[in-house]
Amino acid sequence: MEADYTIIGGGVVGLSVAWGLLNKGRRVIVLDGDDGSFRASRGNFGLVWVQSKGMAQPRYARWSQTSAAAWRGFADTLGDATGRDVGLEQNGGYDLHFSEETLAARVRDYEGLKSKLGGDYPYEVLGHNALRKQEPAIGPKVVGAILHHQDGHANPLRLLKALADDVRRRGGQVLTGKMVTDVTKADIFTVTCADGTVVKSAKVILSAGLGAMTLGPKLGFIAPIRAQRGQVLITEKLPKMINRPSLVARQVDEGGIQIGATNEEVGLDDRVTQPGLSGLAAEAIAAFPALARAQLVRSWGALRVLSPDGLPIYQQSETMPGAYLVTCHSGITLAAAHATLLPEWLEGTEKAPDLEVFSEQRFAV
Amino acid sequence: MARVDLAIIGAGPAGMAAAQLAAGKGLSVCILDEQPRAGGQIYRDVDRVAPLRGDLLGKEYIEGRALTAGLGAPGITHLAGAVVWAIEEGPRLAYTQDGKGALIDARHVLLATGALERPMPLPGWTLPGVMTAGAGQILLKQSGVMARRAVLVGSGPLLYLIAAQMVRAGTPPLAMVETQTRGDFTGALRHIGGALRGWRYLLKGLGLLNEIRRAGVVRHTGAHGIAITGEGRAEAVEFTAFGRAHRIACDTVFLHHGVVPNTQAARSVGVAHCWNTQQRCFVPELDGWGATSVGCLHIAGDGAGIGGAKVAALAGRLAALDIAARLEAIDATARDTEGASLRRAMLSELAARPFLDAAYPPLPEALAPADKTIICRCEEVTAGDIRGYARLGCIGPNQTKAFGRAGMGPCQGRYCGLSVTQILAKENSQSHDATGYYRIRPPLKPVTLGELAAMDDAPEAAE
Amino acid sequence: MNNALPFEDLEAGRARVAVSFGGQDLHLPEGANLAAALLGAGITTFRHTPASGAPRGPFCMMGACFDCLVEVDGVTRQACMMEVSDGLVLDMPQAGER
Repeated sequence: MEADYTIIGGGVVGLSVAWGLLNKGRRVIVLDGDDGSFRASRGNFGLVWVQSKGMAQPRYARWSQTSAAAWRGFADTLGDATGRDVGLEQNGGYDLHFSEETLAARVRDYEGLKSKLGGDYPYEVLGHNALRKQEPAIGPKVVGAILHHQDGHANPLRLLKALADDVRRRGGQVLTGKMVTDVTKADIFTVTCADGTVVKSAKVILSAGLGAMTLGPKLGFIAPIRAQRGQVLITEKLPKMINRPSLVARQVDEGGIQIGATNEEVGLDDRVTQPGLSGLAAEAIAAFPALARAQLVRSWGALRVLSPDGLPIYQQSETMPGAYLVTCHSGITLAAAHATLLPEWLEGTEKAPDLEVFSEQRFAV
Repeated sequence: MARVDLAIIGAGPAGMAAAQLAAGKGLSVCILDEQPRAGGQIYRDVDRVAPLRGDLLGKEYIEGRALTAGLGAPGITHLAGAVVWAIEEGPRLAYTQDGKGALIDARHVLLATGALERPMPLPGWTLPGVMTAGAGQILLKQSGVMARRAVLVGSGPLLYLIAAQMVRAGTPPLAMVETQTRGDFTGALRHIGGALRGWRYLLKGLGLLNEIRRAGVVRHTGAHGIAITGEGRAEAVEFTAFGRAHRIACDTVFLHHGVVPNTQAARSVGVAHCWNTQQRCFVPELDGWGATSVGCLHIAGDGAGIGGAKVAALAGRLAALDIAARLEAIDATARDTEGASLRRAMLSELAARPFLDAAYPPLPEALAPADKTIICRCEEVTAGDIRGYARLGCIGPNQTKAFGRAGMGPCQGRYCGLSVTQILAKENSQSHDATGYYRIRPPLKPVTLGELAAMDDAPEAAE
Repeated sequence: MNNALPFEDLEAGRARVAVSFGGQDLHLPEGANLAAALLGAGITTFRHTPASGAPRGPFCMMGACFDCLVEVDGVTRQACMMEVSDGLVLDMPQAGER
């Protein structure tokens, strides 16, 4: 089996890149894992998020903004092709605060970033009463919020499904249940799977999430990524009670309230814990007191794919040119950029974005 | 926080028998059960109900009182109305009782969570008025509520039992629409040796059939093409049998084609399961004492594989013996001596199973439902949706769950999990074991955020 | 006795208490299983699904299927896991009543 690109990893990141490459007329094979693989694509929070991203690296803030701006067109194209609505809403999102001090500190940080971005950082501060007008369910402990107008959310599972559908529709070959064991390069790349499947291609993209921890070094990458657990809660379906998403809670388009998330350094342990669930429930109730009566129907632990500074890594292998590492924490936010701009970078066209700050070199000290 | 030697989840025959034996060996035991009174489903509310209508429900039901009486022994705490929603490391159980969350630490845990009705997805099975046969029996047992115009649909001994009980109560079913075929019976004859050793079960079955016949209940066999129809509620059962189409008007439909282990709790802690071809369901992998692949955790009763109430009680005692030995309340010799007779009794009780499983197999059209039939009741996902997701590359139930929400609702896949596994196995030409099952996570039962938050040790986020 | 109702109550003599369901006043046997008592009173539709609005009633009667959900004091609960008590105010869960 031969293609222009072999993409290792069929999550939202891999499929977004595959979709973009197919649109550029490239032949693509995607190798996807099995039913039990760690899959950040089905465990994430679904935010299309700009605020607080890249506080120490404005280029990352800009990259997130670029993707957020491209999301509507991306969602519409996918929707038109598949008839599947990915539930995108970009009416802004909140950073909720329980103390005036943290709110003021955050505003100072945002002002700093805003000036570095030439003023393109459209947010406003809402005091409790102003916030309550927007979100009648907000509780008295919330002193205020930062409303960032570039924020929003989508249905990440319907995005995954639409991509799985449209990548196939556009001629991509997606092989499932594959565990890649080896990648070699002579003239072209040979990718071998545990079940004996062999695919050949001119280029290889490693977008296997945490799978890159083991595969990365084989392709000449440092791949300094780690897992960070986020426990997430979801309630029964409820009538509309939350209008805009926040990092504390969002109401998904099916009606459930999704509540997140813990940040735990526990390696590859994706279980949930009673203390984790209780802590999240307490915070959600502090924000939206009516949630105390909501039934929790599901919870899960998902593993974030994190680099040491939390930023994406886009890197071509020095020892195996033609192999690329594409990995990030924010696969949903960046899906539109990965689908529209990253293919230009992979193909080396003049439209290629400058991704130098996201190279692995920043970790090679 | 409470701390006991043995925490048992489920106060049915396995749990109650285990509790009594373990306490007798000196262990402190806590038995948690969701129901307000002990008995499980088979002996539901037996202490209150036996004097009211024990004659109607039969001798075997009344016998459950011996087990509930055993819970009064010293050393046993029975937490009634306690809903266990997480089993954590320790082991530690998180549960809710009277609107309050609580934790209990145990040196060992026994799961005795029993069985569920095998899902029977047919057109119209979500309409009000359609229930499991087990539900019909629970209504009768616990509440004395009888369906006036009911049709029983499916196959198996439980269907005859409830029909006979309905006859005794003076509200016989309008008809029995049975799905087993003559071929099933012929095929089952190769297990007749075991069946004869388990003759008490067969004799009981023949007695029930006689009662049903004497009451003039119409029995159709070999039924297929079954659909429940009605506007907003069940109004009729339609089916074909021996080449003829039938329609029976009714108010209530009781479905049954066997029961399967309730594996939710076991799966939530990662107990290994495998597909049992005879019982056509997943069962946990256990040793002869009910020990699982997970430390400090045993399983007994129908949750370990379907055997019925008597087998469950015996398995509960076997597990309790092994747990008592592991906790050094008895030595291994005592365990083995006492265990040997229990094991012999269990084998004898199980003798008729292979015959019954073969003579009353699940209905094929409910194992591989038509595309339009809903299989996930909570999220209203159809069999055709699952097949479509298989074409989109889903090789396991967790992928179809992400794509189509089957298994995401409050029942957490209890009534769609086996359907999804079977449909995917067929679509992908994979074994059931390779296809796998939902990853089950806490909460095993919904818990309110308020109850959860009240258990938060951490300082409040607001401060 | 109303023979037109789908269910007959063998314990009809039990003491009854006032309960309301969706504004309808009922007199149900005190301490009885709530789902069974509602069925006995002729109520077959307990809720509508949030997904399609389809009507649902009790299915498993053992706390596993979640089809008999009702709303009590703003909390959705399984009717088959509750007992009838005096003054209980029940509604269909809001999420299905759009």
